[in-house]
Amino acid sequence: MRRESQQVMPSDRIDIRHVARLARLALTEEEIATFGPQLGDLMTHVDDLAKLDTRDVAATAQVVPSRNVQRADTVRPETMMSHDAALQNAPERQGPFFRVPRIIAEEG
Amino acid sequence: MDPIKDSARTIARDVNAGVVSATEVAERLIPHVERIDAQLAAYLQLTPDLMRAHARRVDERVAAGERLPLAGVPVALKDNMCLTGTRTTAGSKILENFVAPYTATAVQRLLDAGALPIGKTNLDEFAMGSSGENSAYGATRNPYDLDRVPGGSSAGSAASVGGFAATLSLGSDTGGSIREPAAFCNVVGFKPTYGRVSRYGLIAFASSLDQIGPFARTVEDAALAYDVIAGKDPLDATSVDREVELTADHLREDLRGVRVGIVKEFGLGKLDAASRGCYEAAYADLERLGAELVEVSLPTADYGLATYYLIAPAECSSNLARFDGVRYGLRVDGADVGEMYERTRAAGFGPEVKRRILIGTYALSSGYYDAYYLKAQKARTRIAEDFARAFERCDAIVSPAASSPPFRFNAKSDPVTMYLMDYYTIPGSLAGLPSLSVPCGAAVPEDGTRPMPMGLQLTSPLFTERALLGVAHAYERATLHAEKLTPPEICNA
Repeated sequence: MRRESQQVMPSDRIDIRHVARLARLALTEEEIATFGPQLGDLMTHVDDLAKLDTRDVAATAQVVPSRNVQRADTVRPETMMSHDAALQNAPERQGPFFRVPRIIAEEG
Repeated sequence: MDPIKDSARTIARDVNAGVVSATEVAERLIPHVERIDAQLAAYLQLTPDLMRAHARRVDERVAAGERLPLAGVPVALKDNMCLTGTRTTAGSKILENFVAPYTATAVQRLLDAGALPIGKTNLDEFAMGSSGENSAYGATRNPYDLDRVPGGSSAGSAASVGGFAATLSLGSDTGGSIREPAAFCNVVGFKPTYGRVSRYGLIAFASSLDQIGPFARTVEDAALAYDVIAGKDPLDATSVDREVELTADHLREDLRGVRVGIVKEFGLGKLDAASRGCYEAAYADLERLGAELVEVSLPTADYGLATYYLIAPAECSSNLARFDGVRYGLRVDGADVGEMYERTRAAGFGPEVKRRILIGTYALSSGYYDAYYLKAQKARTRIAEDFARAFERCDAIVSPAASSPPFRFNAKSDPVTMYLMDYYTIPGSLAGLPSLSVPCGAAVPEDGTRPMPMGLQLTSPLFTERALLGVAHAYERATLHAEKLTPPEICNA
């Protein structure tokens, strides 16, 4: 069994700008000033968990017994959505497609 | 016959018997709800045309000889549940203009059973909050004191039923979002076992915890709604494939032979004096009804909050990654696609949602996963094991539903203080257990003079909904607390 890391980083060392980048969230300077300490404060409370003995305890992802569910790969008209229904909320569309800003640069 | 005050049971009986038509019920409700909601702000949207259309369909079905369990019953739907053709916002600006292209299974089952949709109710943004104050569309008020919060996150679903602006409603509960507002609004709020009700069409917050459940003014009505919405759904792979034990016709009147557990770690010393008195009386009432009170221990209960505030934000950060401005919802343009994501999410999400996304992203980020997320998943196992051990000695566990009586707006500006409201509801959520809040009297908050509703939480082993509702029903019928509380003045307007 993998040894659990018991070493919890001090909460004031959370790099809020880095976390915001990972979360794809543009934060204002004001938000950084507010969320940084709040996040640190919460993580300090969460650090208590380190005191709980969880050696040889299995992780719970789902509380009720579940198994992989498969179905026949057939069309189910009752849950099918038309192109128009699927695109009705699109911020921008082009024909039967969602339109997004260019992702791949033009070949030079 | 008064479709505003009557129970769902009575309305359905009368509509099925032809004493009153669903259309008459709808026409009575529509102006009434409009008037009340001007003060309550329980609804983000009223759907009178849809309500009338459903009423006509119910009348036709009844005329054709059908008998429907919820014939003509006015229902309110939390606005994180899809209903085809209605705006579905989840209380967020990012979904301000989102029109649902399909209907949630739980909602569909209610409508198929004859219910009439009044509208979509307000909530803390993406169901993240305990007061309703995190909605991007303004706060819902508590029908028992308009200066206080209705609880959250299912704020409008609780307030509408408590304020007689709906007979039944649906809410969702991730860490207490049905039970806490139910306690605050003098109604029954019931979270079934995780997986018992389909989540298809429910906008996801924390998928391993989210569960839909009903609000009602009586346990019997909550049971009636539960019987309709429970059961396997092929459209939700996590819905449990196990026969549903029907509840509404199997409720009990006494508690002889029932062992009710009082959790040592949940000592009432943490509460203010008025609340404490309320719960002491409730425990004594349970005993008077024949229940045997036993002390049980949940040694890991105090780790519930820390566990929850890792697991729920982690799942939230993952679930809410879908709001990127590409396929639906708000888009704010940027120089490139990355900037578009960042600006869209910055403009679309409110502060509490951003906080939780950040917490979750941090807990899942490289180097911290084992110490935080994995650790929390293991703690979750221990919490569930503690409950299993406690249930060897009792049939249901009783506790307060919320950490305090309903509080004033802006009274809890610090996030952690707000999170503590769910101290009693979170452990049961982590264990996936069926749990409910039933009115247990009133207490005068320390900062007020008017008695406010209080809720008793009852929690039982996985899939024992019938037994749980039975205990709550016996308690409710013997005490009639909800009816004793002075009806809110706005409802008599």
